[in-house]
Amino acid sequence: MELLLVLAIPVLGGVLLAFIGHRPRAADVNVACSFATLAAAALLTYRVIQHGPLTALHENFFVDYFNVFLVSLTAFVGWTTAVFSRSYMRIEREHGKLTAGRLRLYHSMYQSFMFTMLLALLTNNLGILWVAMEAATLTTVLLVSLYRTPESLEAAWKYFILCGVGIAQALFGTILLYFAAAGVLGSGGDALLWTHLILVKHQLEPTVLTLAFVFLLVGYGTKVGLVPLHNWLPDAHAEGPTPISAVLSGLLLNVALYAIVRNKVLVDGALTSGLAGRLMMAFGLASVVVAALFLWRQKDVKRLFAYSSIEHMGIATFAFGMGGPVAVFAALLHMTVHSLTKSAIFFTVGHAAQKTGTQLIEGIRGLVDTNPVIGWGLMLGSLAILGMPPFGVFASEFLILTTAMHDQPWATPILLAALGIAFAAIFSKVQPMVFGETTARRLARPPASMPIFLHLALVLMLGLFIPAYLASWYRAAAALIG
Amino acid sequence: MTLTQQLINLFASLMLLIAFAMLSQRRVQSLIYLFAAQGAVLALNTVVVAAHTGQKHLYFSAALTLLMKVILLPWILHRLIRRLAIRWDVETLINIPTTMLVGIVLVVFAFNLTIPIVALAGTITRSTLGIAMGSVLLAFLMLITRRKAVPQVIGFLAMENGLFFAATSATYGMPMVVELGIALDVLVGTLIFGIFFFHIRETFDSLDIHHLERLKER
Amino acid sequence: MNRFALFWLPQLMATALALAAAPLLMGWINQCRAWLQNRSGAGVLRPYRVLRKLLHKDAVIARRASVLFRLAPYVQFGCMVLAVSIVPSIATDVPLSRAADVIALVGLLALARVFMALAAMDVGTAFGSLGARREMLLAALAEPALLMVFFTPALMSGSTALGTIVADIAEAHFSIYPSLAFAAAAFVMVLLAENARIPIDNPATHLELTMIHEAMTLEYSARHLAVIELAHALKLMVYFLIGIALFVPYGIAAAGDWHALPLATLALAVKLIAAGAGLAVLETVSAKVRIFRAPEFLATAFLLAVLGMLIHFHLESALPAPEVRIESAP
Repeated sequence: MELLLVLAIPVLGGVLLAFIGHRPRAADVNVACSFATLAAAALLTYRVIQHGPLTALHENFFVDYFNVFLVSLTAFVGWTTAVFSRSYMRIEREHGKLTAGRLRLYHSMYQSFMFTMLLALLTNNLGILWVAMEAATLTTVLLVSLYRTPESLEAAWKYFILCGVGIAQALFGTILLYFAAAGVLGSGGDALLWTHLILVKHQLEPTVLTLAFVFLLVGYGTKVGLVPLHNWLPDAHAEGPTPISAVLSGLLLNVALYAIVRNKVLVDGALTSGLAGRLMMAFGLASVVVAALFLWRQKDVKRLFAYSSIEHMGIATFAFGMGGPVAVFAALLHMTVHSLTKSAIFFTVGHAAQKTGTQLIEGIRGLVDTNPVIGWGLMLGSLAILGMPPFGVFASEFLILTTAMHDQPWATPILLAALGIAFAAIFSKVQPMVFGETTARRLARPPASMPIFLHLALVLMLGLFIPAYLASWYRAAAALIG
Repeated sequence: MTLTQQLINLFASLMLLIAFAMLSQRRVQSLIYLFAAQGAVLALNTVVVAAHTGQKHLYFSAALTLLMKVILLPWILHRLIRRLAIRWDVETLINIPTTMLVGIVLVVFAFNLTIPIVALAGTITRSTLGIAMGSVLLAFLMLITRRKAVPQVIGFLAMENGLFFAATSATYGMPMVVELGIALDVLVGTLIFGIFFFHIRETFDSLDIHHLERLKER
Repeated sequence: MNRFALFWLPQLMATALALAAAPLLMGWINQCRAWLQNRSGAGVLRPYRVLRKLLHKDAVIARRASVLFRLAPYVQFGCMVLAVSIVPSIATDVPLSRAADVIALVGLLALARVFMALAAMDVGTAFGSLGARREMLLAALAEPALLMVFFTPALMSGSTALGTIVADIAEAHFSIYPSLAFAAAAFVMVLLAENARIPIDNPATHLELTMIHEAMTLEYSARHLAVIELAHALKLMVYFLIGIALFVPYGIAAAGDWHALPLATLALAVKLIAAGAGLAVLETVSAKVRIFRAPEFLATAFLLAVLGMLIHFHLESALPAPEVRIESAP
């Protein structure tokens, strides 16, 4: 029941906003919708905690510990971003960068995007997972090009084509998986249901599954932003409106990684060689290193943090690749805190860009002077994302590094070096942005400060102490993933 | 070989031929006709398999393919190029003979890749899996060697055609609900592409993808 | 003696027929083209009249021409006669067909071509070198395509000897072989290129921009030109015979069965008439492509031939039969 609500509310919201999205109150409707989704997600979570994993609608949907926490996270960040988007878009309207018609498209697509992500998380059918991932790209393409500048059109085109090609590879991987499954479970809809597949994973044909996993990793990995398939990510983040950058970074990458991990569980059962884990480690490590190196060259603040997203997704992929209870626990924690921190950073960066009228790093100076909220928000957010204690990212990175030292010692110096390079790059660029002589002007409307600090507070809390139910949640999910 | 097997082989060969023909086209109009022809071959193939194996859902699948890929999508594309007034818009990055040679290499690669799977399959159409993979790779080649937007999009759609053919040849098609979802995605994707072209045209006055190359690592 | 005659009779018949009928074939094609272009045409016997006219004239040869110049037409003619004798036209097993397999046949055609190109360059005129260069360019592209075309039927019958291939295909149960269809399409394209037909080369043109084959024979006159014209007609006949033998050999007399020879001859005549008309139609509906597009044309032919071969490997060579599990509808 709650599951139906979780899915139905965004759909209805999208349809509603398609009609009224240009009205002045549309942003409030957006926030209300997202809050309702969050409430439904909270109820769903409560039910899963009480009664354990559940399936619904002829086993087409499946909620277990792994995806329920992602569902709550998605709904939560969706809501806070809607709050931020309300203030942000109001200021954009004031500055004349967007018309009412485009806001209608924006609001309606925002809710549809939420729906596709929640569908991807909650579905039990791997084919529908694919459909939802492709739909997620489709809903956001027009949003990336919302400003209709040449650069944003290019970014949206690259996004569409690259992700489209990637997702086609994932479709082939899904077909191969179905082919292997049909050999054991018989053809028909059941062969794509994850709950059935997990029971017969040892009987699936290894050669086919190896090939399938390679295609799935390349395909969904394009959407996660793994190097060398990451080309679309910096452009899409930099040229789209900031709320879209926040949800792309904070949520879509997570969902894509979730898709990979779901398939990895099946493949690990069929293969004994651990190939899946090694591939993920390789891609993850490559992402971390390449992203860290590219961070130095960035002149646009949103591109800077986009590369930071690539880096952190690389860390999470690497941790999932390593496997083992501690690494997976750390990876799940990392997904959570990265999502919260990165969206908070994008909130501050969005308002900062509005204050100074530019996205270039050298054009933004001395944010603390005019608006301490944004200035300190950016500073603290950057410190958090760089892995400074006592924020949550430190905890997850620490766990990952210690596990790596134990299991994959050759990778540890590479990781440490990359993290160090990233630290230096980001900190050196952020510090003059926040302190010093200011070039910023005051904003016409008050910025959204609540989401920023809510996120940062949560990340701080997760760094200091993880609530018991959350910890058991992660542990149960980690046990599931293996 | 039975008649069914021969017909399936014939359709598979036609698929591959159409994929190569798309690579050598210079006019966008003929690209769209070829795309429609590919959809028709797909639908016919599905009908033959359905008639042979008696699986009812394949008839629906064939009807869906016919509706979408032979009628709806080409119609949308035709309207698009008429409104955008494009006719000779296929410029290539590498010349056509070289493209075809690369295409042959890709097809051989695809055949090799799918040999282990073909050995495992139990369907009557399994030997065509390599051809399906080949069509996908050829469409991908078309996607990356075209300078204008519309041929890139057609390459994208042709890739999806090849994947559908792969699904039919390996497993007698995917479950109906998944196929419906994929069809919906493709339709919406094409519509979004259409909207996109207008935006690109508005901003650049041309559909040359070279204009979309300003964002580089500075 | 009787057995000897039995053995060589079909061979001699085939060669003589081909020799006599080659100009007739040319005439028929030109007549069809005239009809399609709404002209009344010059009649199917015109090539014979041309040959007779040429033989009555005096040969004019450049002072600096070497022996090669005088020899080349006869070499070409000899190669073509041998080629026509090798290709099984009315019987699958004739003595000379064992003289060369398909690969050697291609080499034979190449030999003729090389001599003509050298002779064209021998006299040192601009047109000669131009024609020779263009001819060799086309040959460099057409020969691989032709070889690939031959490989597909050779793979199907397991041998490169033409007689064996033809016998296998003629006796096989009729079924749809896409690989052969592709090879046939490629073969038609190579035929057009090698025999100077539209869309590669206009056989009637003398414009510098567009000549390929004609440019090589500009310096020849009288009996040399007559021999060259006959060799040209024979080359077209060879290609037609190869095409018919590889792709539609039905009706051909089996080895040693000389009772079937008249029927085989009749079948061959019908096929040649149809093929000639088909070529005329093809020429009428196509426009000549520009010279620098000719490589593209031949690359397509090569591609089709390779495709045919790959498809044969992948689809038609023996795979263990799949167990067709008929699932009930969900």
